[in-house]
This record gives sequence, structure tokens and C-alpha cells, in this order.
Amino acid sequence: MVPASWYVALSAVLFSMGVLGVLIRRDPLVIFMSIELMLNAANLALVSLGQRWGTAEGQALVFFVMCVAAAEVAVGLAIIVVIFRVRRRLSVDELNVMRW
Amino acid sequence: MKVVVFAVLAVLVLGSAAGVLIKRNPIHAALFLVVNLASVAGLYLTMRAEFLAAAQVIVYAGAIAVLFVFAIMVLIPGKEETGPDLLRSQRMMAVPLVGIFLLLAALVLRSGVLHTPGPSAAVPGGVEALGRLLFTDYLFPFEVTSVLLLVAIVGVIALAKRKAGTE
Repeated sequence: MVPASWYVALSAVLFSMGVLGVLIRRDPLVIFMSIELMLNAANLALVSLGQRWGTAEGQALVFFVMCVAAAEVAVGLAIIVVIFRVRRRLSVDELNVMRW
Repeated sequence: MKVVVFAVLAVLVLGSAAGVLIKRNPIHAALFLVVNLASVAGLYLTMRAEFLAAAQVIVYAGAIAVLFVFAIMVLIPGKEETGPDLLRSQRMMAVPLVGIFLLLAALVLRSGVLHTPGPSAAVPGGVEALGRLLFTDYLFPFEVTSVLLLVAIVGVIALAKRKAGTE
């Protein structure tokens, strides 16, 4: 049996890779993908710790995280498309105002 | 055997995450993301969380990945990373900061928080226990989730209908 701490360690590494992606990339789409990586890392830790304690509550939380992630991706991508329509360019460094 | 499966899946997860970070072309990054999400689904299976593995494949590797690919096809990005990098020094700071975070995580793991014995080693009966929990203790959050998804649908339609230049 693989100990739960291995899963938690894997999720910590995966989460930090997501943080790195958000910090070093300039393409908002790739930044979004990195956010998905971080959400997945959190889900992994939740499931492994839930199984470790012998309850299904971790899995229930992951279910809600998945729903929120789906809503977040839909709204976020729509916002990116609108920004692209107005600006014709997508670099996050140039996005310094909230309205035009 | 379980250790071997875990090791293979862990290598897949970390390798594909590195692919997402490194690849310049966003479509390659999206494909690496699919590999990553599918490997995480495999990890769920090794933990006997069958429902989540299926939901992961359908929701993440299916719907969300398709959404990403659609967005990439509509926007055709790829030139964002080529211009002069105005914030290069700030980006270089990210690497040591993430290193510090990893160090903290390693310290926490080594401190033995997870070595205390749990109340029971028995893994609950997968889908049945989860379903029971979702429709009893977590019924209200479950219903709120449906409202959240409805709000997201309405919001996306409102955003997408607006023409450029009009308020």
C-alpha cells in the first residue's frame, strides 16, 4: 500500500509547478491551464487524506471543487475571448485596466 | 505492484505538468494538460475513488480540455511570449519563491503530521458512501452548486453576446 504522504508530496510538487506556471507565463490561456494544475493538486491531496482517514468526505469536497472549476473555466475563457475582441492581443502584462 | 503503478503515474503527472509550463505553443500545452488530468484520474483509481476518476475524465479531460482547445482555435495565440519581456526580473523571482514553498512543504511532510495513525484503515465503499454523503450531509452545498453552474451559464452567454465597442 502506498502511504498517503507520497500522494501529498506529489500534490505539493504539482501545486508548485502550477504556481510557477502562473508566475512565469504571459499567455492567459496557459496561466489558466496552470490554475487547473493547482486545482488538481488540491484535489489529489483531498482524496488521499480522505481515504487515509477512512471517510468519503474528501471525495465530496473534490466533487464541489470540480463543479467550481468547470464554472470558472467557462467564465474565464469567455472573459479572455472578450478581451481579445477588444484588444487584439492577449499578453497579461498589457492588461492593466479593468474597463475600456 | 501498487508502488510501481504509483511511480509510473507520478512520473506522467509531473512530466506532463512540466510540458504545460515549457511548451510555447498553447495547443501543445493543452494536450499535455489532458495527459496530466488523465494521469490524475489514474491516481484516483489507485485510491479506490472510482466515481471521481470517471468524473475527472468526463469533466476535466473531456469538457474543460475541449473548451481550452476551442478557445485556442478561436484566438490563435502564440505571439504573447515573443515580445520583449518587461517584467523579466520579477519572473526570475518566481523560481526561488516556489523553491521556498517546496522546502516548506517538505518540512511539513517530514515533521510527521501524517504518521499519526488514523481512526480506521478501512477504505469506505467507493461510490455508495460518496452518494450517501452528497445527498445527506452535503445536500445544501450540492444544490448551491447547481445554482452556481446556472449563474456561470448565464454569465458566459451575457459576456459572449456583447459586441466589441458597445457597452
